[in-house]
Amino acid sequence: MSDIAVMDQVPDSQEVNAKAESPLFHIGAGINTHKDANSAGVLLQEDKLAGHLLIRGNRDDEAFNIAINNVLGTGLPKTLQCIYVDELSIRWVSPDEWLVICAGDKVYELEKRLRAAVQGHYAIVNVSGGQTLLVLSGDNVRDVLMKSTAYDVDDSNFPVGKVVTSTLAKSQAIICRRNEDVWELVIRRSFADYIWLWLEDASREFGLVVNSK
Amino acid sequence: MFYIYCPYCEEHREEEEFHVVGQAHIDRPLDPDSLSDAEWAKYLYMRKNTRGLYQEQWLHAIGCRKFFNMTRDTVTYEIKETYKVGEQPTVV
Amino acid sequence: MTQKNRLDVNKSANKSSGRINVNKPISFRYGGKPYAGYEGDTVASALLANGVDIIGRSFKYSRPRGIVAAGAEEPNAILQMGATEATQVPNVRATQQELFEGLECKATNGWPNEDFDLMSYVGKVGGNVMSPGFYYKTFMYPQSMWKTYEKVIRKAAGFGRSPQENDPDIYDHIHRHCDVLIVGAGPAGLAAAAAAAQTGARVIIADEQAEFGGSLLHSTELIDAEKVQVWVDKIVAQLNNAPNVVCLSRSTVNGYHDHNFLTIHERRTDHIADFIAEAPKKTIRQRMHRVRAKTVLLATGAHERPLVFGNNDVPGSMLASAVSTYIHRYAVVPGKSLVLMTTNDYAYQTAIDWFYTGRKVVAVVDARANPQGQRVHQARELGITVIAGSAVIDVSGNHRVSGVKVASIDKSGEKITGEIKPLVCDTIASSGGWSPAVHLSCHTGSKPVWDEKILGFVPGKTIQKQLTAGGINGCYRLKACLQEGYQRGCKAATDAGFQQMPQPSFNDVIDVDEEPAMALFHIPHTEPTSRAPKQFVDLQNDVTAAGIEMATREGFESIEHVKRYTALGFGTDQGKLGNINGMAITAKSLNKSIPETGTTIFRPNYTPITFGAIAGRHCGELFDPKRYTAMHQWHEKNGALFEDVGQWKRPWYFPKTGETMQQALDRECLATRKSVGILDASTLGKIDIQGKDAREFLGRVYTNAWAKLAVGKCRYGLMCGEDGMVFDDGVTSCLGENHFLMTTTTGGAARVLEWLELYHQTEWSDMEVYFNSVTDHWATATISGPNSRQLLAELTNDIDLDKDNFKFMDWCEGTVAGVPARVYRISFTGELSFEINVQANYGMFVWEKLIEHGEKFNITPYGTETMHILRAEKGFIIAGQDTDGSVHPYDLNMGWAVSANKTFSFIGKRGMAREDCVRPNRKQLVGLKTNDPKQVIPEGSQAVNDPNQPLPMDMQGHITSSYWSANLGHSIAMGYIKGGINRMGEKVYYPQADGSVIEAEICSTIFLDPKGERQNV
Ligand SMILES: [Zn+2]
Repeated sequence: MSDIAVMDQVPDSQEVNAKAESPLFHIGAGINTHKDANSAGVLLQEDKLAGHLLIRGNRDDEAFNIAINNVLGTGLPKTLQCIYVDELSIRWVSPDEWLVICAGDKVYELEKRLRAAVQGHYAIVNVSGGQTLLVLSGDNVRDVLMKSTAYDVDDSNFPVGKVVTSTLAKSQAIICRRNEDVWELVIRRSFADYIWLWLEDASREFGLVVNSK
Repeated sequence: MFYIYCPYCEEHREEEEFHVVGQAHIDRPLDPDSLSDAEWAKYLYMRKNTRGLYQEQWLHAIGCRKFFNMTRDTVTYEIKETYKVGEQPTVV
Repeated sequence: MTQKNRLDVNKSANKSSGRINVNKPISFRYGGKPYAGYEGDTVASALLANGVDIIGRSFKYSRPRGIVAAGAEEPNAILQMGATEATQVPNVRATQQELFEGLECKATNGWPNEDFDLMSYVGKVGGNVMSPGFYYKTFMYPQSMWKTYEKVIRKAAGFGRSPQENDPDIYDHIHRHCDVLIVGAGPAGLAAAAAAAQTGARVIIADEQAEFGGSLLHSTELIDAEKVQVWVDKIVAQLNNAPNVVCLSRSTVNGYHDHNFLTIHERRTDHIADFIAEAPKKTIRQRMHRVRAKTVLLATGAHERPLVFGNNDVPGSMLASAVSTYIHRYAVVPGKSLVLMTTNDYAYQTAIDWFYTGRKVVAVVDARANPQGQRVHQARELGITVIAGSAVIDVSGNHRVSGVKVASIDKSGEKITGEIKPLVCDTIASSGGWSPAVHLSCHTGSKPVWDEKILGFVPGKTIQKQLTAGGINGCYRLKACLQEGYQRGCKAATDAGFQQMPQPSFNDVIDVDEEPAMALFHIPHTEPTSRAPKQFVDLQNDVTAAGIEMATREGFESIEHVKRYTALGFGTDQGKLGNINGMAITAKSLNKSIPETGTTIFRPNYTPITFGAIAGRHCGELFDPKRYTAMHQWHEKNGALFEDVGQWKRPWYFPKTGETMQQALDRECLATRKSVGILDASTLGKIDIQGKDAREFLGRVYTNAWAKLAVGKCRYGLMCGEDGMVFDDGVTSCLGENHFLMTTTTGGAARVLEWLELYHQTEWSDMEVYFNSVTDHWATATISGPNSRQLLAELTNDIDLDKDNFKFMDWCEGTVAGVPARVYRISFTGELSFEINVQANYGMFVWEKLIEHGEKFNITPYGTETMHILRAEKGFIIAGQDTDGSVHPYDLNMGWAVSANKTFSFIGKRGMAREDCVRPNRKQLVGLKTNDPKQVIPEGSQAVNDPNQPLPMDMQGHITSSYWSANLGHSIAMGYIKGGINRMGEKVYYPQADGSVIEAEICSTIFLDPKGERQNV
């Protein structure tokens, strides 16, 4: 056996028809608390079953940066930054921690490529089952966020491309601003139902529509 | 509700993101087994209860998960500075 | 009833039409009776318009009381609001509650009602019975009676009641950040906001009233040659249109906390309806704004100070400025004939305002010997009688003022110098000057300081980034207020980093000239204070000047003690009216100055706040996060009852129809040991550990050895604090030479990860290791029991399940039901057992496959309770249940899990070697077998050696785990006994609360399969 146990955790769809359930699979599409779906203030979508990979390492180590860059096609984002490149998004989490989100069926291959490229002291952890990505858009997303997190989500403090980990109601989230009016939340699986209930409640006065991917 | 500058996230955050750990700059003895009970108890239990400037350790728990130090006035609750683990306070 | 005190707003002679809308009449009910008012009224203004004099009974003496003020400082007119049980809200000030159609309210002071009051008999007869400190003197003894006294006192005190049904309304919170938060939208606040807004700063301006304007709403002054209301409307429109400004009306800044964090209580629908029934529920009734501001500008103004004279509480006795407010804002004159008692020029405006309504001004009584200010002349020119160098010393009337007694006083205001003259009137307005509203500036601990020039306390030093402007600084003249507001608004924006210099929002203001006011906090009487008619200082708490003097005579010298002895400044009005007079009287009777005596400190909240606003949406389903595993819906469908473990919802047990809990547990326990049971173990904490120093790190944080654990193997470990006491345990598996998976208790997951990070980041940062939580990533199904191998065999074709190839404490990788899995052959039941871990998105799929294939083995889902019983049969501890932070591994008889030979002094090693940890006769964990096998010792029971020993008995230890074991057919228990490990076979006794005694024998903690054969099959 090798130093690190790496495992493809997604069943081979050719061999078995294993039903996968994302943390919020049950809220599904079609929820609409607004009389006119086009004018709902908040649109919510779960990016289901994506691949989530944590990378740990020393960003001052030039070799580490080059190796990562070679695989991801971009350097690791700096403090509180988020980078979108092709099918990937990379979030700064901590001075030695980044979260890469990719397609669910690409995560094993990505981990292998990273491990092949990077030398020295680092860690890569597949956390795809433990969290999920919510995409929020609409005119009132900022209002909902203001009800939910103490972090300042004003343009002046939260420009596009910024990411922070902060409180979300009595749980927490990695909050990222993808576009002018598109915000993303990475939330833990076990808290997903609570956060869904919270967001549904906080959106009520603006109208909420749930989209499927 | 404090407003705390995290030296790793490089911005101010709300207190609810943090845990306080206790007095800062208490190093684990390198050879615990050679210490007398009294010396060990001093490391383990004895803490200052300063009126005025106090160095304490905090954790950015809901954030970057990094420990850091803070110099705080225990009377006014003013935070004089925060600094990374391994660094020394400049305000004393 | 007619609105007999309402001015005819269509009559041109009236200078004011108020800000009410006479085209929108409103009907409401007060105390069960119907009344009429207008849109724009408060309950107070409408009641005054209707001629309602008595609004409640006083707290201690049960004296009738009327409306005194027009704002937040109102001490008497406290309402119980609500048309239904569910919508009851106590402690609402009638002066702040806007009228709406169908409003229902009643007075809260007064029992059984405000017109006829039971307590008045007590009050009249026993006024002196309820002297200062009466709680302490009267109700302290005997202590056993306190509960009875308390009920009566609370009911008599009568500051409202909470609803007995759930509140149907929605309350929520919102977080805001801004550069400049301005508190108060009077002249200073508005001028500041107008300035700060121009710089581009993010500005929030909040005011407790329905409209912005503050004192300008009832002012007759001019700004730039126009009525002040024109200026207010212009500025408010500007602010409303500015994208960088948030205007919050009906919003009280209730608390000022550390580092410029403030809470604002916004009432969004309280002025519209009792309850807004709308489906789906969208309307937020009250919102708490949680604001972090770079700079705070307090422009909270000042409260007028009433004068303290005999019977100054009779209904019809009001603050001068309140009378002007009722006239100008609400077109209400609260009486027919007025006497004004003042120490200053400004209050003359009230007599002038009253005069112009066409009603009678009997006289202005001015304490100053020779007043000559501009307003004084104006009053004289109107023909108003001014009686100088005099004071109102007493009031006649019972349910309403019927007259006052006036006497000349000396220059210092300490002695009566002339004859007493009666005047007939039905209203006595008084003004003793103004007290800056310093409350918020005190909330962060700043002590206010006395300013002799303005005869009031102003904000003291603070470390907050705080500025003040206007009345709060004792700056009362309009021009100065506007200028100060403008300047501080500019400074606030500059302090927050905005450089642009804004234009002032006004040019020309002509102030009225005023002469100095006289310091007069207690008007003398011909009798000494103790024998004079009651001179009220604090109306809400019935504190009199005599009461304060008595407190100081009895030795209370600190103002904080006087407050607590007399109740001065207690209650819902927080001493807004009475505090300064009270302190001055205290100072005088102690022969000290006011600064020497100081003031009590105001604390949050500024005015009472609803629990709804405090809770926000953190209620009901959203009160606390509930954490679920990937298999939760299966558990629900299959009838599980749930247990809270931390925030997790874990299946507790799975009762079948008609089963008792014990029957369900017996069935689950037996089925697991006989065939196979299945447990959702996903909640266990899981930490992925990678790095070349991972193994060494484990050796430092666990008590046992990890150097030789081979890849593919698992090991149990105990984790201790530096004090040597066990705080968590779990199995850690070697996934690769530099890769481990640590498991923790469900409740300890976050703490253990924090513990590892603490040591890595602060002590051993050179070690190459990373820790990451994978608790939520893996779903874990544990199958346990003799048939578990057969069951697993049906679902895997790539794992060699041979007992010699896949041994106890091995793990391997393969597929289960086609899903990639890590399977750990570890056991918490003592049975043959496999923990199947799959990526959580597939948790439910694999679980259902196990259930489906397990049917032929009678697979039995079990929960935490059966898990506890099965592990207790094996003597396995649960950290947190069988440990409490005071036991080390040897106390647990788990010395086998401590490796003394490790080169590094692992965490806990030195601690457990301390003198106290190695002494004999420590409490040690043992098994306990009851004499009567059917008897289950209650957990927590205390052991004694001799049940007949006289008290106090020698306590030997307590029971930590105790169950009925269906497998063994007798009860089992674990608990602590002093020196217990060497006392096997001895008897101990557990006396119970009902007097019975349970006898038990000390035994091994391992009740079943002591050789551990079952898990190795
Ligand atoms: Zn941080």
